[in-house]
Amino acid sequence: MTSGPLSDFHGEGSVFAAWALRRAGVMLWLTSGMAVSAIVLLIGMLGLLCWLAFAGDAFGAAAGHFPGALAVLSQGEPPYTAEALFSAIVGTITVTLLMTLLVAPLGILVAVYLHVYARQHWYTDLVRIAIHNLAGVPSIIYGVFGLGFFVYWVGGGIDELFFSDSLPRATFGTPGILWAAITLALLTLPTVIVSIEEGLLRLPASLREGSFALGATRFETVVGVLLPATMTSVVTGVILAVARATGEVAPLMLVGVVKYAPSLPVSIEAPFIHLEQKFMHLGYLVYDLTLHAPAGNGRVALIAVVALSLVLVTMSLTTFAAVLRGRFRYQYAQEGLL
Amino acid sequence: MNHPDMETFNAFIEASKASKTKRRQAPSLQVEDVSLSYPAEPNALQNISLEIPSGCVTAVIGPSGCGKSTLLRCFNRMNDTIDGCRYSGSIFLDGANILSDGIDVTSLRRKVGMVFQRPNPFPKSVFDNVAYGPRLAGIRSQRQLDEIVENALRSAALWDEVKDRLDAMAGNLSLGQQQRLVIARAIAVEPEVLLLDEPASSLDPISTLKIEELIYELKSDYTIVIVTHNMQQAGRVSDYTAFMSGGRLIEFDATDRIFTNPSERATEDYITGRVG
Repeated sequence: MTSGPLSDFHGEGSVFAAWALRRAGVMLWLTSGMAVSAIVLLIGMLGLLCWLAFAGDAFGAAAGHFPGALAVLSQGEPPYTAEALFSAIVGTITVTLLMTLLVAPLGILVAVYLHVYARQHWYTDLVRIAIHNLAGVPSIIYGVFGLGFFVYWVGGGIDELFFSDSLPRATFGTPGILWAAITLALLTLPTVIVSIEEGLLRLPASLREGSFALGATRFETVVGVLLPATMTSVVTGVILAVARATGEVAPLMLVGVVKYAPSLPVSIEAPFIHLEQKFMHLGYLVYDLTLHAPAGNGRVALIAVVALSLVLVTMSLTTFAAVLRGRFRYQYAQEGLL
Repeated sequence: MNHPDMETFNAFIEASKASKTKRRQAPSLQVEDVSLSYPAEPNALQNISLEIPSGCVTAVIGPSGCGKSTLLRCFNRMNDTIDGCRYSGSIFLDGANILSDGIDVTSLRRKVGMVFQRPNPFPKSVFDNVAYGPRLAGIRSQRQLDEIVENALRSAALWDEVKDRLDAMAGNLSLGQQQRLVIARAIAVEPEVLLLDEPASSLDPISTLKIEELIYELKSDYTIVIVTHNMQQAGRVSDYTAFMSGGRLIEFDATDRIFTNPSERATEDYITGRVG
């Protein structure tokens, strides 16, 4: 208590020194305590879900447990079967990946426009404010917008132009996985733009000038220098987008998710992906099970196993992206850019 | 101020310049009545006129904020990247006014290379850094690129230090090596003029010395304009010196004269350290 930088600053053994040291100690306990409890909470939640889902399978209903998820899934009716669960997993992953494919290039385009091309004056400030505010719009609003604009207007227009033979049966003018992915992309776009633009802002201006000084155009500078140097922030934006998108259920209910889809939105034969199809989603399945599934002891196990799948799908998608980011970061950390 | 060996060294440089000027004549830059304003700095440059001679090193000195970097950035239109920057007057290079609207700025920048105050290698390998300019110019053949990169690195006196690690990230080089790397990167596009904006101000004395030696080597092939606020450096490397203050050109003359017998009082005050 009488040595160290703090006591040097405040004077040996002063009241302030003691107080500062105690405060530093409290902060250490608080911060490390919160970090540990986050881990405990995550492991506890996963453990609880596993227990609820599989205890019955492991120890048998006879031992006083509820029926396990495996038992329920093997004898349940659609959509409470293993096939349906698989379909929901595939649907969740597919819609998230489709969203990523849409939101990453769009986010890059907007961020590059704002940072490199646009003159900095009130108009660009207005665009930035609009983007920040869009990030806070409730997701159901995006769902309504997606249904009205994409499904009915754009989709209906596509049907009239290209699928007029099969009208009045709608092809694209009805909720489907493409519209769901676009709606999710719109929902997560603000996050991605902000992340990428902040990445571009972190790059030293000398990098851009160095490229210009060699006779590069703005486009060549963006593609050749700026974007490669800011890939980590692109991936960071995508991670945030994936984390938010996999958690959304409300907008999806309006633009493409169904309680039960008899076929997957992807197949192993051409055309591999069926953009107009409706699909199942783990988040919606949790909602459906909780409110609409026939009551019974097996329901808890079902909800648990679907929730567990959702958490694991989200975690593996973000972990994959984080590993990717780690590789970029390793490459560019050496440049003093991060 | 000059090193005893400098006389012989200069004689050698003169001789080699005489032999090389036949091969290629680097152009001069005629600056005529150039004024420039930023929104934040309405009188950044005021009616600057001077002729920067070809195949020489011209130093631009002056106190901070006197407009010396701004003047340098006129020569490759780098000021165009700043919002709200306006300029008038003309700068003639090879008979063309490079400040006119009709000039193709990207080809001008290939002709007028620039090295910045802090080393700014791209987050790419050593090779890709040097090959960046030639690739922009459309050169795709690997053999050609190999040759250009080697020549540029040799000219920048860096080849021997990096030839075994051309694939290493440029950021792994020392600061001094990075600065020579960006000089090599500028040379690789075969410019006629080289602009150096305080190229040694972030470097240690040994690296500074290497950069200065490099400037000696290069001046036979390029017209070099160097901005520096290191007076000794201006004295060591340059043939001509321009002294600027408050956005105006105060005096422009042979370096020897500027440092021994300046005609303006302000120049003398600055050089002897009484102001600035």
